[in-house]
Amino acid sequence: MEEKLLITPLYDSHVALGAKMSPFAGFMMPIQYTNITDEHNAVRHHVGMFDVSHMGEVFITGPDAEKFVNHIFTNDIRGMKDGQVLYGMMLYPDGGTVDDLLVYKEFVPDCYLLVINAANIAKDYAWMQEQAKGYAVTVDNQSDNWGQIALQGPDAEKTLVSVLGMQEAADLTFYTYRDFTVGGKRVIVSRTGYTGEDGFEIYATPEQTVLFWKQLLEAGVTPCGLGCRDTLRFEAGLPLYGDELSADISPVMAGLGMFCKMDKEEFIGKEALADQKAGNIVRKLVGIEIEDKAIPRAGYPVELEDGTEVGIVTTGYHSISLDKSICFALVDKAYAALDTPLWIHIRKKTFPGKVVKKRFYQTNYKK
Amino acid sequence: MSKVLEGLLYSESHEWVKVEGDIAVVGVSDFAQKEMGNITYVDLPDVEDEVEAGEDFGALESVKAASDLISPVSGEVVEVNEALEDEPELINQDAYENWIIKVRMSDKAELDALMDAAAYKNMTE
Repeated sequence: MEEKLLITPLYDSHVALGAKMSPFAGFMMPIQYTNITDEHNAVRHHVGMFDVSHMGEVFITGPDAEKFVNHIFTNDIRGMKDGQVLYGMMLYPDGGTVDDLLVYKEFVPDCYLLVINAANIAKDYAWMQEQAKGYAVTVDNQSDNWGQIALQGPDAEKTLVSVLGMQEAADLTFYTYRDFTVGGKRVIVSRTGYTGEDGFEIYATPEQTVLFWKQLLEAGVTPCGLGCRDTLRFEAGLPLYGDELSADISPVMAGLGMFCKMDKEEFIGKEALADQKAGNIVRKLVGIEIEDKAIPRAGYPVELEDGTEVGIVTTGYHSISLDKSICFALVDKAYAALDTPLWIHIRKKTFPGKVVKKRFYQTNYKK
Repeated sequence: MSKVLEGLLYSESHEWVKVEGDIAVVGVSDFAQKEMGNITYVDLPDVEDEVEAGEDFGALESVKAASDLISPVSGEVVEVNEALEDEPELINQDAYENWIIKVRMSDKAELDALMDAAAYKNMTE
């Protein structure tokens, strides 16, 4: 059965800008408007904007909201302040990852907004509904009613203030948000992102999203596609669900154990993670840098000098900001220590490299 | 609109061949470089490597993806364009001026399987 591709409220604008469009996570999305390198650099040095309206928004409300979210989420939401955002995962009982997501603690009691990956909306929603049995909560998938723009880069704050007039957003610190009312409708602005730079994510109605985008475009903000979204998040050491996290890749394997609070009484997948944290784990995610300009790509084998395969590349690029060939790879844990020499098989040749920190690029968040 | 040069032969995988006696000069078409976008790396074979028609002999890399280079002819590599090692973007600047390898052909009859400029233009339009 062929599934019909969805579009975001900004589809017409992307086409009018001449973007190269491609299917992603069930949506027709812009990959690039000009080229990946220029768009990447706009975000690193000035400001760029992404249409991320494909992301999912699910509201959890009800007397058991805190208890329920803490049951399905690896991070600990107890003690969250109103207007705070937390990153974490939802897990299967075996520790495999359902999705990675953001939890927004709302300004009204017993209400949380969960922002999930576009490719996982149907799966996550079904998962949440299933787990909600026995909890006094409502799980409400509002994904179709929200557009989202990510405004990212060192000039994001001044752009938000001068172009959209959101003066109060300048006071936000990393992983906090506040509400605005524009045209009588709610707008959520959080100091979050997926690029390693300072920036904001702006959630609004589809109609308002189109207006914001137009204003930002007229002010000279560089529209950026999913191509550079991937190069930016990769350099900043951030995982992409499907590549570095999946039903087969737990947060412990991905090196994201810090977002899994083992001192919580319980959450789905906790026992499996405890077992993995105790050392019962086969592979770990590492960064690898190679000396050559050849580019390690997802799926290429990671080897020892004698050709024994010990891992596989999950994402790789010739880094635009660092001018180095680097990748994430899942490797047997015996070879995961920093500076371990490893070889990457690229087509017919092998290239020597070594294990390096996954955060390749020094991030610039406003803490 | 991508450029198709008269007098060259073209493969379905978008390589071009310029025949100079027994030597085939091989590059990629303007259409191919446009499809790839900014080329950041050219994986070249070594001189004296044997290449086979229809088999890959190297690759072009853009930021996003690698694309195999498929040899249109069989034979021995007699020269590689080393300028591409430091300046892969030359292919974006002029895909016909900047050849990739020169091959001493072992079977010139293989050229018959390639397209002329008109046929290639037809294919890429």
